[in-house]
Amino acid sequence: MCRVVDVRRAVLAKNDTLAGALREELAGRGTIVVNLLSSPGSGKTALLERVLAHTSARGVPTAALTADLATEHDARRLARSGVPVRQVLTGGLCHLEAAQLRAHLEGWLPAGTRVLYVENVGNLVCPASYDLGETLRITLMSVTEGEDKPLKYPTAFGLAHLVVLTKTDLERAVGFDRAAFVRNVTGVNPGVEIAETSARSGEGVESLVDRVLAVVRGAAVHRPAMAAAAHAVAHANTHGPDGDHALPLGDPAGRLP
Amino acid sequence: MHELSIAEAIVERAAETARLHGGGRVTAVRVTVGELAGVVPDALRFSFEVARVGTALETARLVVRDVPARARCAPCGGEFAVGSPPSMWCPRCDGLSRELLGGRELEVTAIELEEASG
Repeated sequence: MCRVVDVRRAVLAKNDTLAGALREELAGRGTIVVNLLSSPGSGKTALLERVLAHTSARGVPTAALTADLATEHDARRLARSGVPVRQVLTGGLCHLEAAQLRAHLEGWLPAGTRVLYVENVGNLVCPASYDLGETLRITLMSVTEGEDKPLKYPTAFGLAHLVVLTKTDLERAVGFDRAAFVRNVTGVNPGVEIAETSARSGEGVESLVDRVLAVVRGAAVHRPAMAAAAHAVAHANTHGPDGDHALPLGDPAGRLP
Repeated sequence: MHELSIAEAIVERAAETARLHGGGRVTAVRVTVGELAGVVPDALRFSFEVARVGTALETARLVVRDVPARARCAPCGGEFAVGSPPSMWCPRCDGLSRELLGGRELEVTAIELEEASG
């Protein structure tokens, strides 16, 4: 005999629940997370070096956590900005999950931090599926990667609150088709804004930091069409026959400092 | 290859449901995977075979239902397949849709349990 049990539950519900709780907990302490997604080699670390320096120069307590499969090179580079930096080695795992991030923040994230930049593992596929409790998700790509990249990685670009184009100083040299790029980004994420930056010349960095600080002060972020669709699914699940098994965030002793 | 993490989450969820329903062997897990869920069904099937080892799902089948991504165009009112490569630009009027109707699903919809009594 065999019977069928209805489940109706998002596969990533556990991560989503943990991420939501982390977002709320951090918000209660005045901290927002900025999750940075890109391919390897898009210039994420170089840009972040600049962004950290600018954010902290404006007197905003800033910290950064960088994830890589191996090596601590990025942490050493970012630490030159003078802000607290933590390196996470995923040991081969291609993405960060909310539980991992939370564990790494515990006992480390300095009290009073307003912005925590999380440099996700360089990969445009896997990290896209995992909410880390961020308030602002930024997907970056460089002009050297080709204007059709948003179409090749629709989830990464489709779920971004902000898209950042990097290495614009190379735009002419590589013959980047800006109009096609904008159309492609818009096609997977209608209404998302695109910020243009060059870590080499410093162009666009101030204005990127302005956008981040506006979110710190409570400005609304863009709501991607793809995220809205995912939310509808998650919401439907809470009415499933199995109910919503929201996970409590552990005991108070496990709370962040 | 985050499909392995996804497969582990599916196995965990299905095993938990099986326990809540009196235990017993899980013979199948039904999942729904949207075209824009960021999951490759073949990689998921492969990962599932690895993730199920040593669990109540050891011999379970993974039944995947694919859901195409569709959008509604506000300017012309039409519905269209977002397609691959995906585009929210309406193929009929070239208006930009901001409403995705489906295609982001990634859920365990049901499990099939063998009754413990046989």
